[in-house]
Amino acid sequence: MIQVQGLTKYYGRVPAIRDLAFHADQGEIVGFLGPNGAGKTTTMRILTGYMPPTSGKASVAGYDVVDESLQVRERIGYLPETVPLYPELTVREYLEYMGRLRAVRDLAERIETVMGEVRISGRADNFIGSLSKGLRQRVGLAQALLHQPPVLILDEPTIGLDPAQIIEVRELVRGLGQDRTVLLSTHILSEAQQICDRVLIINQGRIVAEDTPDNLQAQLAGGDRLYVQVAAGQAALTSQIEALPGVRQVLFEPAEDRIVVHSEPGQDPRAAVARLIVESGHDLLELRPAGISLEEVFLQLTREQEAAE
Amino acid sequence: MRNVWTIASREFRLYFISPLAYAIAASVFLILGGIFFINIYFGVQSGNISPDGRMVMGPLVTIMVFATPALTMRLLADEQRMGTLELLLTAPVRDWELVVGKWLGSLGFMTALLAVTWVYPLIMHQMADPGIDQGLLVSAYLGLFLLTACMLALGVLVSSLFDNPLPAFFATLGLLLGLWILGGLGSGSGAWSELAGYLGLVDHFYNNLYRGILSLTDILYYVSMTILALFVGAQAIQARRWR
Repeated sequence: MIQVQGLTKYYGRVPAIRDLAFHADQGEIVGFLGPNGAGKTTTMRILTGYMPPTSGKASVAGYDVVDESLQVRERIGYLPETVPLYPELTVREYLEYMGRLRAVRDLAERIETVMGEVRISGRADNFIGSLSKGLRQRVGLAQALLHQPPVLILDEPTIGLDPAQIIEVRELVRGLGQDRTVLLSTHILSEAQQICDRVLIINQGRIVAEDTPDNLQAQLAGGDRLYVQVAAGQAALTSQIEALPGVRQVLFEPAEDRIVVHSEPGQDPRAAVARLIVESGHDLLELRPAGISLEEVFLQLTREQEAAE
Repeated sequence: MRNVWTIASREFRLYFISPLAYAIAASVFLILGGIFFINIYFGVQSGNISPDGRMVMGPLVTIMVFATPALTMRLLADEQRMGTLELLLTAPVRDWELVVGKWLGSLGFMTALLAVTWVYPLIMHQMADPGIDQGLLVSAYLGLFLLTACMLALGVLVSSLFDNPLPAFFATLGLLLGLWILGGLGSGSGAWSELAGYLGLVDHFYNNLYRGILSLTDILYYVSMTILALFVGAQAIQARRWR
């Protein structure tokens, strides 16, 4: 549904994105992950026909974003980072206006449906200016869904929301992604991990990694870690655990009062570690897989990129 | 074209819930009413009222020079400031449809306002015997309408260049006054003076249409200036995309 090749955009002499290439298929939720200023918004603005790229090609649903901009814009639902709303309109008036501009059929009915989907039906006749940030975000989302676009582009859809609202929006997006293509940007790594089928990590205008969230973790971790906490006698245990099969390295972290067990890739030594501790007479307080967080993946990748340059 | 209508009708309706538009309308009617009252009052006292339906139209142009920038200043500048321009430019709306729609909305409001000023000639018509010159009135109002349409188009153009209404207001005001003064240079002789006279914004109105002279040159001037301003405005929106 989305095809991007060699996409480059300069603001004056400053490159915002450089030689970007990726694709997103139907029914896929692709996460665009990167720090602020990495080029996420720029890429989205090019895809939505807001601005043309300096060079490179991008197409949405088979239409070129520059040459067939109107066709692309008809097929895209877009929620920009600063949700664009008219405070002096009511929710319904706003959706009517946007629906007319997008030539939505059976508009009144669609508006009711969409307001139900994002759960703002109760606020239909409130002025947008009087709504909270979370509600405004939903109005913006309603606007993006109104014309039933096959492609949804959401720029930081959860920014500035409270935790309950974040969970709501995430669930909503996950539901939407079942039959649509969704491209969403975020700088919150756990969010990408929770919602997305595939993650593109972008830094300084380049894609530095692309995979499923799980694969990205596994690929970079090179094996799992276990956090182990026992009541006493940690020092004696470390060498014994290290001797177990499947264990690569064992470290004791006095500050955290815990033992960190690094396992060989593909090995799961949890049962053996637990048995050893209990059978040698120690009290096992905690044993849990640490994994590697996407935060660590991200830092690792961006450091690698900086080192390569 | 449907998009033009959608945008125009939204802008038109927005004026009726906007305090600024009411303030503009109120001051226009207050000034005109004052002028009308003074003229009639002293006319009656001296027993000499000239049966001229255009009594309020002469000063009306001056008021319009201030009123039109106030009406157009936020049309595109505010969309830019609030980020809603991004919404419109990523909707299936052509750049020119946006610009023409905005202009048409403001023209609709201004036409409604001008239509109300028609009451003064109607009152005059009742007072004077055998009535006022209707042809002169129609010509003057046609001129006023064309002039206003042109000023609004220039205002929309300027508004597309700014992302804040206030500088858009003063830039438009400056542009309109500049084009008015330009006409003053036309009183000299030579090709340049003639050109300046032709480009002057208001002389086409006062010298001909206001006097009941319906010439194609003047009508063409206003129509082509309007189209040019809207065209450049659409280009300015397009240029925004490349920044």
